[in-house]
Amino acid sequence: MSDNVDTTRAPRRIGKPASRISRLFESRQLGWAAFAIAVLFPFVLASNYAMSIGTTAVIFILLASGLNIVVGYCGLLDLGYIAFMAVGAYTSGIIAKAWELPILFTIPAVVIMCILAGLIIGGPTLRLRSDYLAIVTLGFGEIIRLTANNLAITGGPSGIYGIPGVDLFGLDLSGPVPFYYFCVAVVALMVLGSARLGKSRLGRAWRFVREDEDAAEAMGIHTYKVKLAAYIFGAIWGGIGGVLFAAHLSAISPQSFVFLQSALVLMAVVLGGMGNTRGVVVGAVVISLLPEFLRDMGNLRYVIFGVVLVAVMVLRPQGFWPSRAYEPEKLDEARKGKRDGGPRPGAPVTTAKGGTP
Amino acid sequence: MSPLLEVNELQIAFGGVKAVNGLTFSADAGEIVSVIGPNGAGKTSAFNCITGFYKPVSGSITLDGKDITGKRPAVIAATGVTRTFQNLRLFPDLTVLDNVRGGMHLYGGQNFVDALFHTPRYRKSERFYTEEAHRWLDFVGYQGGRGIPVRNLAYGQQRQVEMARAMARKAKLVLLDEPGAGLNHSEKQDLLELCRKIRDLGAAVVLIEHDMGVVMEVSERVVVMNFGKEIADGTPDAVKKNPAVIEAYLGKADEPVKADEPAKAEGPDITEGDS
Ligand SMILES: Nc1ncnc2c1ncn2[C@@H]1O[C@H](COP(=O)(O)OP(=O)(O)O)[C@@H](O)[C@H]1O
Ligand SMILES: [Mg+2]
Repeated sequence: MSDNVDTTRAPRRIGKPASRISRLFESRQLGWAAFAIAVLFPFVLASNYAMSIGTTAVIFILLASGLNIVVGYCGLLDLGYIAFMAVGAYTSGIIAKAWELPILFTIPAVVIMCILAGLIIGGPTLRLRSDYLAIVTLGFGEIIRLTANNLAITGGPSGIYGIPGVDLFGLDLSGPVPFYYFCVAVVALMVLGSARLGKSRLGRAWRFVREDEDAAEAMGIHTYKVKLAAYIFGAIWGGIGGVLFAAHLSAISPQSFVFLQSALVLMAVVLGGMGNTRGVVVGAVVISLLPEFLRDMGNLRYVIFGVVLVAVMVLRPQGFWPSRAYEPEKLDEARKGKRDGGPRPGAPVTTAKGGTP
Repeated sequence: MSPLLEVNELQIAFGGVKAVNGLTFSADAGEIVSVIGPNGAGKTSAFNCITGFYKPVSGSITLDGKDITGKRPAVIAATGVTRTFQNLRLFPDLTVLDNVRGGMHLYGGQNFVDALFHTPRYRKSERFYTEEAHRWLDFVGYQGGRGIPVRNLAYGQQRQVEMARAMARKAKLVLLDEPGAGLNHSEKQDLLELCRKIRDLGAAVVLIEHDMGVVMEVSERVVVMNFGKEIADGTPDAVKKNPAVIEAYLGKADEPVKADEPAKAEGPDITEGDS
C-alpha cells in the first residue's frame, strides 16, 4: 500500500513542488515587509483623517489576531468577541478617569478584568459543544453592551468621554501620528505573540481540540482547560484592543460595541484564513479599509462590501490565505543515524508527568 | 505483584442495553492480551470505559493499583494509558509530525511564557518534540512524507501514524482497537512485529482483533467476550479448546472472523468518519 504514495522527502503537498510564490508567501521576511508598510504609511498620507483610519485598521488587526486564537486555532465559534474589547475599553476608561492615571497604567487591571470575563463566559459554556457556544457568546456580547448601557459607572448610553491619550513616561503620544506609531508597535508585538502561541505546545493543543476533541483528550490533553486558555488569551488580546480604542477615540459608548463589530472581526478572521496569522492580518486590513475605499458611493458601498464578502466566501471558503499544513523535514541527518534504533533501547516505560497548562 | 490493569465486574449501559455486563479481566506489563468476540460484544465499549470516554454503571478499573474508574480521559491518559481508535481518529488537517507531537503533549517542557519569548526552554522542548516524533515514526516503520497533512496519506499509513501517536507517550498500557482492520496481509505482519516491539518496551498491550490467525500468533493471553462478558480467558491454545468459545463461534452460521472488516482497504476520508 505504501507504494502508491510519494515516499520521497517532499515536504510540500504530494505532487506539488514548492512554487516560488508559496515560498515567498511563507517567508519570514514577509512579516517585516508588512511592518515596514505600516511604518511608512504616514510618510505617504499623514492627514488626521488618514491617521485615524490607519489607527483603526491597526487596532482591528489586533482584534482579529486575538479572535483567531479562539476561532482559528481552537475552532470555538465566538459571536460576541467585541464584548472583551468593551471590557477592556470601559475598565481602562473608568480607571484612568477616576484616578487620573495615565492610560497605560490601567493595563494590569484590564488584563485581570479580561481574564475574569474569559473565565465567567468560558467557564460554564466551554463544556458545551461548539454550536451552543455560538449562541451563548452572542448573548454574552449583548449582555455586556446592555450592562454598559444601563450602569451609572459606565456612563449609561452616552458612555465615557475625556479619556486621556497615551503618555509614555512623560512622552506625549496622543497626537495622531505618534499614537498611530504606538499602536503599530503594540499590535506588531501582539500579533507576533499570537503567532508564536500558535506554534507552541499550547497552540498545537488548540489545533488538536479543533481537529478532534476526543482524540486530543485521549492523548492527555485536558480539552476544557485548553479551551479556557484559548478564551482567556483571546479576551486579553481583545481587552488590549479596547485600551487602544479608548485612547484613540477618547470617548466610548455602548454603540461602539454592537454585534456588527463582533461580526466584522469574525469576518476578518474567516475571510483572511482561519488559523493563519498572515491571512488574518490581511483579512483585517481588507475588512477595515474596504468601506473607506468605497466611501464615495454612499450607502451603496455597504451593498458592494456585502457582495464582495459573499463572493469571496463562495469562491474561496477557506479564506484568502488559509493555514496550510506542511513543514520542512529538517532532521534528516539526525534521523539517519537512528533509523534502525527506534526509541532509546531499553528505555523503561514511564508515565509522562505534568498536565495541560 | 498485582497486574498492571485490572478490570473488575465492569458494567456499561446505553438506555436499557447493557453493552458491557460484568466484564472482568487483567493485563500485565510485558504481555500482549487479545480481546476477541463477535460484533457488538462490547469490546470497544470496554475500551472506551477504560480510557474514560464512557462512565461505567458499576465495577472498577485499576491501573498500577490506582483506581481510575470514571475519571476524565485526559486524567486517565496521564496515569499512563494510551489508545488507538477503531475508526481512525487522527487530526486530519495537521501534518504527520504534528499528529505524533499530539501524543507527546504530556511531556510538557514549555509553558506559554516560553512560547511567547522563545526561551531556551522553548527551543529545547520543540527540538525534543520533533526528534521524538521522528523517532516514533521510525519505530512504527512509517516511510511516507512527514511534513504533509495526514489526510493525504493512504489508509495503511494513517494507521501507522495513529500508532506512532499512541506510542509517543511511552504509556504503560497500550489499547489497540482493531489496528489490523483494513490492512493487507503484509501490513498485518508488520503490525504483529510492531505489537511485539511495543511489548518488549515493557508495556502491556491489549489488542482487539478479529483475525484469529493474528490473535493466536501474537498473544500471550486471549480474553473472549460475548454479550458484554468474558466467556473465556487463557492461553490461545486453551481458549481454542474451550467449549463455550466453540459454541459462541461455531454455533453461529457465519464465521465471525473478519466479520466487520471495512470493504474498502484504501484510504477513506477520515473526516467523514463517525464520532
Ligand atoms: N455510544 C453508544 N450509544 C449507544 N449504544 C452503544 C454505544 N456504543 C456502543 N453501543 C452498543 O453497545 C454494544 C456493544 O458495542 P461495541 O462495544 O462497539 O461492540 P464491539 O466493539 O465488540 O463490536 C452494541 O450493541 C452497540 O450498539
Ligand atoms: Mg468495536
